[in-house]
Amino acid sequence: MVVAEHRRGELTAATLEVIAAAVELKQAKDMTVAVAVLARDPSAFTDPVSVAGVDEIVNATVPVSEFQNDIYEAIVDRMIDARQPAVVLLPHSIDAWGYAPALAARRQCGFATDVFALKYDGDDLVATRAAYGEKMHVELDFCGKDTVLITLRSNIYKPIGGASTPAVTNFEAPVVEARTVATGFIEPESAGDVDISQAEFMLSVGRGIAEEDNIEQFEELADAMGFTLGCSRPIADSGWLPKSRQVGQSGKTVSNCNLYLAFGISGSVQHMAGMKHVPKIIAVNTDADASIFTIASYGVVADMFEIAEELKNHFD
Amino acid sequence: MKILVPVKLVASIDEDCELREDGRDVDPDFLDYELNEWDDYSWEEAVRLQEAHGAEVEIIPVTVGPAEAEDGLRRCLAKGGERAIRVWHDALEASDPMAVARVIAKLAKRENADLVLAGTLSSDHGFAATGMCVASLLGWAHAAVVSRLDISPGAERATVRRELEAGLEEEISVQCPAVLTIQLGINEPRYASLRGIKQAKAKPLEVVSHIDLGLEDAEVGESGSLSRVRRMFAPERGQAELIEGTPAEQAARIAAIVKQATGGAQ
Ligand SMILES: Cc1cc2nc3c(=O)[nH]c(=O)nc-3n(C[C@H](O)[C@H](O)[C@H](O)COP(=O)(O)OP(=O)(O)OC[C@H]3O[C@@H](n4cnc5c(N)ncnc54)[C@H](O)[C@@H]3O)c2cc1C
Ligand SMILES: Nc1ncnc2c1ncn2[C@@H]1O[C@H](COP(=O)(O)O)[C@@H](O)[C@H]1O
Repeated sequence: MVVAEHRRGELTAATLEVIAAAVELKQAKDMTVAVAVLARDPSAFTDPVSVAGVDEIVNATVPVSEFQNDIYEAIVDRMIDARQPAVVLLPHSIDAWGYAPALAARRQCGFATDVFALKYDGDDLVATRAAYGEKMHVELDFCGKDTVLITLRSNIYKPIGGASTPAVTNFEAPVVEARTVATGFIEPESAGDVDISQAEFMLSVGRGIAEEDNIEQFEELADAMGFTLGCSRPIADSGWLPKSRQVGQSGKTVSNCNLYLAFGISGSVQHMAGMKHVPKIIAVNTDADASIFTIASYGVVADMFEIAEELKNHFD
Repeated sequence: MKILVPVKLVASIDEDCELREDGRDVDPDFLDYELNEWDDYSWEEAVRLQEAHGAEVEIIPVTVGPAEAEDGLRRCLAKGGERAIRVWHDALEASDPMAVARVIAKLAKRENADLVLAGTLSSDHGFAATGMCVASLLGWAHAAVVSRLDISPGAERATVRRELEAGLEEEISVQCPAVLTIQLGINEPRYASLRGIKQAKAKPLEVVSHIDLGLEDAEVGESGSLSRVRRMFAPERGQAELIEGTPAEQAARIAAIVKQATGGAQ
């Protein structure tokens, strides 16, 4: 069973990835795939989730348009009771962070977050996730639990094309007391700054820069090279560069970038979410095991200041 | 208002680490520890609430971990708070977020806490799960990835912002008592003063076990967890081409790649 996710009336891209993972598992283990849709008007999502391989859509009508954690937790809990799925897949998204662990705790079902590979070993579901800042991977199993709840990392499974006509079932949703009430969205500030999502060439600095005073040197270097300066989150959080320069999940995706230089950035999942698609990535980091090197085209194990100093000479 | 702040020492790997004999974790000799980054922010938020409301607010950092984890608690106490609690027992080894949450929930009950401020994520294993598991065990309202918090002692509701994707935020009103997980950037954590560091050494730090809190061995550690590690392994390295040589040589190569990509246009 997959729980679909939507925001402001749009199905999220991650939902389609999770459906792809479910369809892959179904082929391995002879199961069926049901997609649960919790919405004020679930029928609005029937089309987008009717992807090849989906057998059933389970609609639950809820009294809110946007995600609410108590409602999601209680209804998905009841759905699991009623349908006894072997596996429940959710995106490892901000919304899932707000209710999936509570649901797992309530049910005491098998549970793992931020999983990026799933397979069966006999009857055991085996999930792979990272450990120690992405430097290690671990395989988990779930001690024979009947139901396993998994949140899946995004940008791993490719959405599948092709439509289907799944059966649509209505699920009688229980009335739930919502202890949190959303009062509105706050849009990101659109500072009158450059739009890094448009930039073709990016030079981004991370916490390796160590001090605010060191920003200027990289600003000058980026200018000289004709690159746009970006940064990882800690640099924006510290106010050393505007938030509009932040690359990543809670910042921007550099959709138009062809060449990305990462200086002193470790390569967290959240940073990579905004740049891992870039065709050419050069990473400079003193730590040869930094996870940024797993996605870089070129790896430079070196001090970013020494490299910057030398690089300057090539762009006068 | 009593605020419990669970803090965790996160582990990072030395170069060339070795696995334990059972292959399920890294040999602890190859690990370095520091306070989880998110916990700096949640503790700062608690300290600010305490400063704003004085004696009406008590803040307590708590950790589930061996003796070394006291470093993290002292680091918190150097900035504020009058006491800390550490929970440990060998049976707590290999606890997943669920098992850790059982301990924290018991502490929250014992302390009659009104608010639990956990971190959104731990930088070593990145579960993003512990805080919400605690909420479920306590039966409290909850919100994850909180980027702004507005609460007063005795208030029935708190107003918080949750950080969503791509800079979008959502404002929500949360019923109290509540468990919130705090996101980076919610505040600017202060540095501890030398005086604070000195004072922290004298503040009481209580050590208890899960048994003292009324939990059985089976409820913690691997048996109290919702998953079990089969094996740990180093991932395959990516296909990054290493650019080697002196910094001058490395920079020359980068410059060549850059100029090729930009068409040499300056
Ligand atoms: C919900 C959520 C959303 C998030 N969104 C984002 C986001 O949009 N963008 C983002 O970036 N992060 C985001 N984060 C934070 C993310 O988890 C990491 O904390 C962050 O990306 C780390 O930034 P960093 O790589 O600069 O710092 P670190 O991880 O501290 O890495 C610094 C690196 O610099 C290297 N270094 C140190 N000195 C030098 C030197 N002299 N020369 C060369 N290298 C050096 C170190 O080896 C290290 O690898 C988010 C987190 C959460 C929970
Ligand atoms: N061993 C622990 N002791 C105290 N708090 C913990 C522990 N493990 C996790 N936490 C809390 O959970 C947060 C991290 O969540 P997670 O990513 O689920 O590990 C931390 O910021 C702490 O608030």
